[in-house]
Amino acid sequence: MRSRARFAVLLTTASIAFAACSGGGASPSPSSASSVAPPPSTAASAPASQASTEPVTINWWHIANNDPGKSLFQKFADEYHAAHPNVTIKITVLENDTFKPKLQTEIQGGNVPDLFQSWGGGGMAEQVDAGVLKDITADVASWKDTINQGALGMYQYKGKQYGIPYDLGMVGVWYNKDLFQQAGISAPPATWEDLLAAVDKLKAKGITPISVGGSPATWTEMFWWAYLATRECGQETMLKATNDKDWTDPCFVEAGNKVKELVDKKPFQEGFLAANWDGAGGSAATMALQKSGMLLQGQWAPGTMQANTADKKAVPWNLGWFPFPSVSGGKGKATDGFGGGNGFAVGKDAPPEAVDFLKYISEKPQADRLGSLNTGFLPVTVGSESSVTDPQLTSVLDARSKADYVQLYLDQATSTDLGNVINDAVATLFAGTGTPEQVPQTIDASAKSGG
Amino acid sequence: MTLRTGRASASLARPRFGRLGVVVLFPLPALLLYAVFVGIPIIQAAHYSFFKWNGLTPLSNFVGLANYQRALSDATFQLAATHNAIIIFLSLAIQIPFSLGIALMLNRRFAGRWLFRLVFFAPYVISEVIAGVVWRLILQPDGLADGALTAMGLGSLYQPWLADPNTVLWALFVIISWKYFGFHMVIMLAGLQGIPRELEEAAAIDGATRRQAIRYVTLPLLGPTIRVSVFLSIIGALQLFDLIWVTTKGGPVNASNTMATYLVDWGLRRFQLGYGSAIAVILFLVALVVALAYQRFVMRRDIDGAMTTGPV
Repeated sequence: MRSRARFAVLLTTASIAFAACSGGGASPSPSSASSVAPPPSTAASAPASQASTEPVTINWWHIANNDPGKSLFQKFADEYHAAHPNVTIKITVLENDTFKPKLQTEIQGGNVPDLFQSWGGGGMAEQVDAGVLKDITADVASWKDTINQGALGMYQYKGKQYGIPYDLGMVGVWYNKDLFQQAGISAPPATWEDLLAAVDKLKAKGITPISVGGSPATWTEMFWWAYLATRECGQETMLKATNDKDWTDPCFVEAGNKVKELVDKKPFQEGFLAANWDGAGGSAATMALQKSGMLLQGQWAPGTMQANTADKKAVPWNLGWFPFPSVSGGKGKATDGFGGGNGFAVGKDAPPEAVDFLKYISEKPQADRLGSLNTGFLPVTVGSESSVTDPQLTSVLDARSKADYVQLYLDQATSTDLGNVINDAVATLFAGTGTPEQVPQTIDASAKSGG
Repeated sequence: MTLRTGRASASLARPRFGRLGVVVLFPLPALLLYAVFVGIPIIQAAHYSFFKWNGLTPLSNFVGLANYQRALSDATFQLAATHNAIIIFLSLAIQIPFSLGIALMLNRRFAGRWLFRLVFFAPYVISEVIAGVVWRLILQPDGLADGALTAMGLGSLYQPWLADPNTVLWALFVIISWKYFGFHMVIMLAGLQGIPRELEEAAAIDGATRRQAIRYVTLPLLGPTIRVSVFLSIIGALQLFDLIWVTTKGGPVNASNTMATYLVDWGLRRFQLGYGSAIAVILFLVALVVALAYQRFVMRRDIDGAMTTGPV
């Protein structure tokens, strides 16, 4: 699901308070998500599915279009069908970029799939407002505590649950340990100053420090600004921006200043403004082919890099991961994250069996199988984290568990419109046509005019 | 005019309603398809363009002309329209004269002429998507252009043309010209072959130089053909989409957007269907006005000629 990266969006909306802040107030007492104890009531009694034995069909759209994920989802459906012979699960597998327009078209035609890929946040809220989704708050009450609360919160809107996550990751810096060694960088940069120093050291050795996408993958540029904004502004201001449409805090300008500081060092690969993310000449390929030292990306990056090597095998050099550096004087914590995940929303006409099927795939054995694929699925069922064994992915998971707050990708935290405005605005910084002041001004104006 | 000749022969036997039946029935399937796939969508787009609509909610948020106001005052859309204008200007100033020159050369008899015609026409046959992908690969860093220049010791001349907002439009114009000049060349070759050789020979006997013969005999007679070529070029440039979408998606930072790529980006990628519809209507009106004005004022004589073939 590397592909889910889509148009990025920055700042998040759905702040994911990993601490179980479902009660409202008390967010400043972060208890890490993994410490949420599974409630005793996970019982298999499942009153929701007082199964009628009449034939039921569940239409399920997912975007795990590559193996092994695709086969595993098929297997889940087959197993469920075997246990409930009256339930037939009809799967439609779509590639990320065809999924969105197709879903929109189907919804216009009045055919809402019973279960479909969702990233939660602002995009899901638009669907709720359009009356397309089903409120499943009561149906999942008995087992929702088996799921990471931060991830679960991304699928809530106005206090009601509309979907269930199966994956949650974080954006961070993927780096080439071999190239870092060549440049004499001993430890991964912990602060913004360290990062800039590493850029200088790599450049001195003739190594392109960072690869990034430009057009059309402006979301890869947005990640830099969004993460810096998360660091500079902190949870409260980010929520004020994404929820109350107030982007006037000077911390957003400061984030832009830091981006400019980086851009002025010319650390990116040649022609990055025309580079996509995936595919020939994309920033994933640049990194995979050892032509750059760092890449700011999500948990799907190793998979995409693998797809962009000549033999489609894992990259033949030492890959490492470190969390986004801290900035001095910022209001955000160094452990705060920026990222998102995947889940399934429930369509308005879905039968009760659809929710029961979600419960099935959320159970630990299924979540463990997903995690143990080690292809970038970071399961969110409590206790299933240990199924991921790949060292890089476990470092992402480790950071995830330390985060009290994860800012959702801004394009998913906000409306589709505003997400694109944010990406476009940040892109002007990278192209040198915009200023750090103009970026939040543009976003603020668009947000307030209902963009 | 066809009716006239039709009547002459048909009056021998055919009942009158038979002709009428033919006139009504034969175009019906075509008209039906045209209505369903062209007519109705245009009307629908015009309807949607008065709403703020993301495609999910019912069509209820009527905003009047706000989408049109927004489009006309949007700097990015203005920029996109400017790019269309630049492409039109460059096509008329460079691409059409170039095609004409090549056509004049290839109209002379020499060995291997067919090979040149074939090679020059070939790019037009390739699909836009393939051409876009190939050029993207050629022009990217470490691509063919970079490699070739480096191999010739001219590596310092290489620029990531598609990645620089200042050069991307020019690079795309080169690609567009490469793709379409063969098409205009063929049209003009066809026109040239319609010019009787005696006229040029007569000019030569009267002492005209080759240049004079082209200026005073060939070009005036080729006028209708050139006007058609110019017309197709303008309409093509106004609606330019596929090559740019595949090559740059209108980027970087909107430096290569055209009205059509802007329409798809804002209307379909961002699901602002009402706003996108307004852009579509604007694009449609611009193309319609240009086409009608061009036919009315520039091609009038050509069309008149076509209309007067019947007995007067």
